[in-house]
Amino acid sequence: MITILFDGIAYGMLLFVLAAGLSVTLGLMNFVNLAHGAFAMAGGYAALVLVNRLGVPFGLGLVCAFLFSAALGALLERTLYVHVYAKSHLDQVLFTIGLVFMSVAVVDYTMGSSQQFILIPPALQGQVTVLGLDMSKYRLMIIVICGLLTLLLQLGLTRTRFGSRLRAAVDDQRVARGLGINVGAVFAMTFALGSGLAGLGGALGAEILGLDPIFPLKYMIYFLIVVTVGGTSSITGPFLASLLLGIGDVAGKYYVPRLGAFVIYTIMIVVLIWRPQGLFVRRGAR
Amino acid sequence: MTSSSRLAAAIAAQFTDRARWSLLEVLFWLVALSTIWLLPDQHLILAEIVIWALFALSLDLILGYAGIISLGHAAFFGIGAYTAGLLAKHALVGEPVLALLLAGLAGAVFGFLTSFLVLRGTDLTRLMVTLGIALLVRELANRFGWLTGGADGLQGIDMQPVLGLFRFDLYGHTAYIYSLAVLFVLFLLARRIVGSPFGLALLAIKGNPLRASAIGIGADRRLIGIYTLAAAYAGIAGGLLTQTTAFTSLESLSFDRSADGLLVLIIGGTGHLYGGLIGAVVFRFAQDWIATATPQYWQFWIGLFLVLIVLVGRDRIGGWFTPLRRLADRVGAWRPGKTRPTVLPGQGGAP
Repeated sequence: MITILFDGIAYGMLLFVLAAGLSVTLGLMNFVNLAHGAFAMAGGYAALVLVNRLGVPFGLGLVCAFLFSAALGALLERTLYVHVYAKSHLDQVLFTIGLVFMSVAVVDYTMGSSQQFILIPPALQGQVTVLGLDMSKYRLMIIVICGLLTLLLQLGLTRTRFGSRLRAAVDDQRVARGLGINVGAVFAMTFALGSGLAGLGGALGAEILGLDPIFPLKYMIYFLIVVTVGGTSSITGPFLASLLLGIGDVAGKYYVPRLGAFVIYTIMIVVLIWRPQGLFVRRGAR
Repeated sequence: MTSSSRLAAAIAAQFTDRARWSLLEVLFWLVALSTIWLLPDQHLILAEIVIWALFALSLDLILGYAGIISLGHAAFFGIGAYTAGLLAKHALVGEPVLALLLAGLAGAVFGFLTSFLVLRGTDLTRLMVTLGIALLVRELANRFGWLTGGADGLQGIDMQPVLGLFRFDLYGHTAYIYSLAVLFVLFLLARRIVGSPFGLALLAIKGNPLRASAIGIGADRRLIGIYTLAAAYAGIAGGLLTQTTAFTSLESLSFDRSADGLLVLIIGGTGHLYGGLIGAVVFRFAQDWIATATPQYWQFWIGLFLVLIVLVGRDRIGGWFTPLRRLADRVGAWRPGKTRPTVLPGQGGAP
């Protein structure tokens, strides 16, 4: 029971880091980016190549995964995405589905279609006993890293100048421009940051979620669930939604394996119908 | 004659003109008919094209005419496909045409039930709800392996002759003619519906729901109606695929099918019924051509194509056919001793 809870929390934390970027682009910038998983996959494969083939230490591999995805995100944002911000949702969907298909084919071509795992250093394998509980060291590390990131994100968004610029730009682009905020640059930075986080999540999660070319399609719905259920007014909403989803999914697969993914799909549809703005939205908040 | 009645008469005349078959349309169907004799070796691929065309036509009904974006249209396709397959496999309904109607009915029932979920919310909510429903249905089909065959697909389907007369043959002759006939009938129906007051009301709702309701056009019932109809069309398309190939699998419910359906429609342009038909021809031949060059990476080219379409602009791509259409309308509308105002409905992928 406690183990399931623990696994669920680790899984949920991971989902949050993966989906945090999407909750900004989709929720705040109102851009339907179905290709978000592709950045996670890019980070995962970057770490895989560095750690497995070039023998880079695991920690450094994670950092590189973040940087690689962030750079990729920034590049694509500046060259392609900017042209699509103002278009209709249908165009955005078509565009990002196109990107997903391309990324799947490219990874299939370069890395092969089988599922792969990143070599984990021996220090992170096995179990550790904390307060009489057996925990997997790797999952514990995920919880610590993702918890710290969440804290940083929350502080960054509420306490820093960049955070307030972003919130201003999202609330009202025209006024923000009038105040001298470079909205394009803020969005690009945010997009890069979100993609980088996804890449880091992809690298961290390769052990738990697996890494194969159809990753962006397989987890697309999970990311969307996090954002829709969590709502978009804050970081806390998606965070709680991720935890719920993680625990719910792990518990569902453990207790009622026959139902499989039903539970979460049904929950998503019900939430969408019941509260289209997400579960954790304050009244009157935008 | 008062000015308002004159206006009414002018509007009526324009709609009559719009409903008239243009020369290009007649030619289009004549060409389609002629392929039965001209391209007998290609009937297998042509049957497939017809099924894609029907699927895209069904998507056009909701996207092009009602403005509903769906990422889960494959749900109805797959439900139709499995209905037709199960009916044939267990010899419940042997006759294909009747079974096809039932497949359409199954799609319509499911479409009607889910339409209430789709009504709510914005584009974004609709996207996710339709996607979620399609994933749910696929998961269901996967879990109920004893009924659907699970990941192996539904095997052992033995098709009866169409109307008790025409056997399905190895070369796809029966399959093609049968599919083409179904497509033509359904196209006629769709054409009639789109030109009816109901279809015009839908366009008004798509343009601006608030203003439409202000002049007395309520959105909900009409959207439910068109969504159900489109679901029936998709179900029939799925049923046709099962009947002509005597096989169906989870692929018929997959996300890829929904996305490909969108692509087919976008290639030809939304909102003028022929979009899906033209798109299907282009799509399938392009697939065939690319697949022989690089078999596994066909997906890459689909993706690239989608990205390019959006960056170039859908209007412009749909606009390729506009000059052709205009010419045909002019030729078709020419009659001795009659001059006609050159009013043409703005068509082709209007957002």
